[in-house]
Amino acid sequence: MNKPPKTEHFVAPFEEGISFEELQDAPPRAGYKPTMAGWVGIVVVTFWAFIAFAGPWLAPYGENELPFPDAYSEFQVPQEGARLGTDVEDRDILSRVMFGAGRTIGISLAATLLAYGMGVVLGIGAAVSSPKVDMVMSRINDAFLSLPTIMLGLVVVAAVGSSIPVLIVTAGFIYASVVFRLSRAIGMEIMVMDFVESAKARGEGRWWIITREIWPNARMPLITDFGLRLIYVILFISSLSFLGLGVQPPQADWGSMVRENLGALQYGASIIPVLAPAISIATLTVAINLVVDDVSAHGGGKLSGRM
Amino acid sequence: MPKDIDTTEVIFEARNLHISARAEDGTEIPIVKGVDFKVRRGEVVALIGESGSGKTTISLSALGYCKPGLEFTGGEAMLLGEDVTKKTTDELRPSRGENVAYLAQSAAATFNPSIRINEQVTEAPVLHKTKSQAEANEKALALYRALELPDPENIGDRYPHQVSGGQLQRLMAAMALCGDPDLLVLDEPTTALDVTTQIEVLKAFKHVIQEEGAAAIYVTHDLAVVAQVADHIVVLYNGEVKEAGPTDIIINRPQHPYTKRLMNAIKPLPEPGQGEESSDEHLRDDPALEVRKVDAGYGKGVNGQPLVKILRDINVSIERGKTVGIIGESGCGKSTLARVMAGLLPACDGEVLLDGNVLPAAVENRSRDQLRRVQFVYQMADTALNPRQYVRDILGRPVEFYTGLKGKKKRARVEELLELVELPTSFADRFPHELSGGQKQRVNLARALAAEPEVVLCDEVTSALDTIVGANVIDLLTRLQRETGVSFVFISHDLSTVASFADEIVVLYAGRVAEQGSTDKVLSPPYHPYTKLLVSSVPETRIGWLEEATQTREAQSGISGGVTLTEIGCPFFKRCPQAIAGTCDKIDPPRRDDGHGNIIECHIELSNL
Repeated sequence: MNKPPKTEHFVAPFEEGISFEELQDAPPRAGYKPTMAGWVGIVVVTFWAFIAFAGPWLAPYGENELPFPDAYSEFQVPQEGARLGTDVEDRDILSRVMFGAGRTIGISLAATLLAYGMGVVLGIGAAVSSPKVDMVMSRINDAFLSLPTIMLGLVVVAAVGSSIPVLIVTAGFIYASVVFRLSRAIGMEIMVMDFVESAKARGEGRWWIITREIWPNARMPLITDFGLRLIYVILFISSLSFLGLGVQPPQADWGSMVRENLGALQYGASIIPVLAPAISIATLTVAINLVVDDVSAHGGGKLSGRM
Repeated sequence: MPKDIDTTEVIFEARNLHISARAEDGTEIPIVKGVDFKVRRGEVVALIGESGSGKTTISLSALGYCKPGLEFTGGEAMLLGEDVTKKTTDELRPSRGENVAYLAQSAAATFNPSIRINEQVTEAPVLHKTKSQAEANEKALALYRALELPDPENIGDRYPHQVSGGQLQRLMAAMALCGDPDLLVLDEPTTALDVTTQIEVLKAFKHVIQEEGAAAIYVTHDLAVVAQVADHIVVLYNGEVKEAGPTDIIINRPQHPYTKRLMNAIKPLPEPGQGEESSDEHLRDDPALEVRKVDAGYGKGVNGQPLVKILRDINVSIERGKTVGIIGESGCGKSTLARVMAGLLPACDGEVLLDGNVLPAAVENRSRDQLRRVQFVYQMADTALNPRQYVRDILGRPVEFYTGLKGKKKRARVEELLELVELPTSFADRFPHELSGGQKQRVNLARALAAEPEVVLCDEVTSALDTIVGANVIDLLTRLQRETGVSFVFISHDLSTVASFADEIVVLYAGRVAEQGSTDKVLSPPYHPYTKLLVSSVPETRIGWLEEATQTREAQSGISGGVTLTEIGCPFFKRCPQAIAGTCDKIDPPRRDDGHGNIIECHIELSNL
């Protein structure tokens, strides 16, 4: 094919004897900077964390104190002395939401930590074990996973009675099976990497491989999932409380507050007694979700993002 | 049917193009620093440079796309007269796939494994409504023919895993060309392929680009490839154009020192007389490592035999201070053999000897000292180095594990190792991702050397590296061998690299030895037909080589077709131009020795090879 001659021959100016260093592969990755949505999430989560700790001291009334002991009447509208009105027992709703924050968040956090403790140890353990041990562990876990969570919770609480330790252990066990599967999957993914095989070929023991090779790489995706799992546990605990099997009266917690005050909707007195705890659950879970999404969008949640 | 080509029409032009990244503190890091070049209709412009030179980043600008974290900071990228850097994704969408198409390096990652090929090839024009499904099918069929794909009428009905790697790479070209784009962007489309496959893909690409009259930007670091396909070459270094001009001038009369350096890094063609001179001074009676009658494979079958047997009757001995090169296409069992030596894959038959003593087959049963003396270096430093460990810990661990050094002594040894592989000692405090590809590979090597080994098994250690960087690593290996007397097993699919470095070569085909002997003997007649195919497939940096090579290769039927394992007969039978039907496919080839240690397994007499 005859082409018209292409003339331009460009040579960049250069100095004699110049050397060429080997170039860096990729530009440095920018650190995590929250987006707008991320900031909203962080502010709301921080707010609830603060309330969870300081609520009982900041609350205008005690958990079961009546703001208007003389004028007994349920579901009073918001007014001076009870900013969000009163509930079915004429207690201050604002104070109960603040007391409930610590209990709902505390129980959920403890249960999630328990789930993670068990799930991660067993999951990564299964990933590094022989295929036979792994199969036995995984099948037992599958059996757990196949049980509907709320039903299982109901049965356990109905059998042994409801108390805060029982709630934590029940939720912890139920969610440990989900964490087990996730950490086993992440562990498996890392196990086949060359650097793990290299450690095995060096003659390293199992403990070294778990703590030095796998865990540092599994950490980030697991931490991201922790936030997400916390949301599920909050919803689970609240659901149990709503069904009357969770936190028992007269103790306040967001789920049971919704249940106690359902009557308010029926009488058409005020929707705030139901709405206040419901909105609390919603804002907290949505905010955690915003933070988790923001962090994982940056790549912190994915193994591949760092390789 | 070639279209009328107006070769003066400028399809794409970069004008003083600037692209930058943002550092953590918000400062701008320039990646592309004012690049100018033009692509006219019917013209292939190659962007060449090592990794980090910004060549991919520049090529993606033709699509108006920047990788995450990068942004256009100045200049223009004019596609058909419009500046694509100023457009939003929604504005760009119609032109992507219609005016410009992108071919990525890995076809396997581009195709969706669960959708039939034809549906994916025709998707873009049908989606853009520039063609009806029937028109698109017709176009696709024409392209399958032009790309010389086997059974063009039916290949579109297959799934991606049902065709070979080279065929998939060509089908990706069909996918890109189906929408009649004005500009094609090809990013290292043959880098991941074996030499024998590379030829067929290059030939098909060149043919189809000429026939379609499209313009193309061809990104690669391989000058030999560029010499075959490009009309114009743009040499990039560190985001700047160092030299640009017609292929003939750049290849034959380069002026800029960087271009000259690129040309110098090209390995000489494999010829007899290369390789290290043999000297027997530090030879002991026993070879450092020896493999005797080894069979190995994967999966659990019956009677202790593997489900799929890869290696059959392999005998290799590695002398002290020498290098044995193992070559073959992907699927030949090269890595499998190295894994058998390392004990990562226990052999099912035969034995591995270290210093004349039989080694336990599996790595778990070898003693710490036995493990120390045989070290394995992985191909991909990216996955072989733990991304969460500092270089200090990556190197320090084997030092402590094998030699028991602690504290200050360990630190000193780590620094000594870094100096040994020619890296600054300050790199001890870096993470692997803070190093370049070549630097990572050096750390990867240093980790093996930390054990003070006698044999180092190098699995494709230069394959993922650029020409210049790879050549530097080979120089380093040569120096290390001279200084420490270590033996290397060097696995590669790149014959020129092996030839320049190994004392002895083992040519594997489908898990069997095709030919083995000293580098000199293997690279001179008599050749095994497979060795001949490999030697003639190594691309030369010479305009017109591709045409000549494919001419002579028409006679040799071995071009296409992947490696298949066979139970009986010679596995190379289907691709062998000298095959004897009824013999080669029925009877295992005899082992022929020329009396000087050069072994060829073939039914044909040595004098006729």
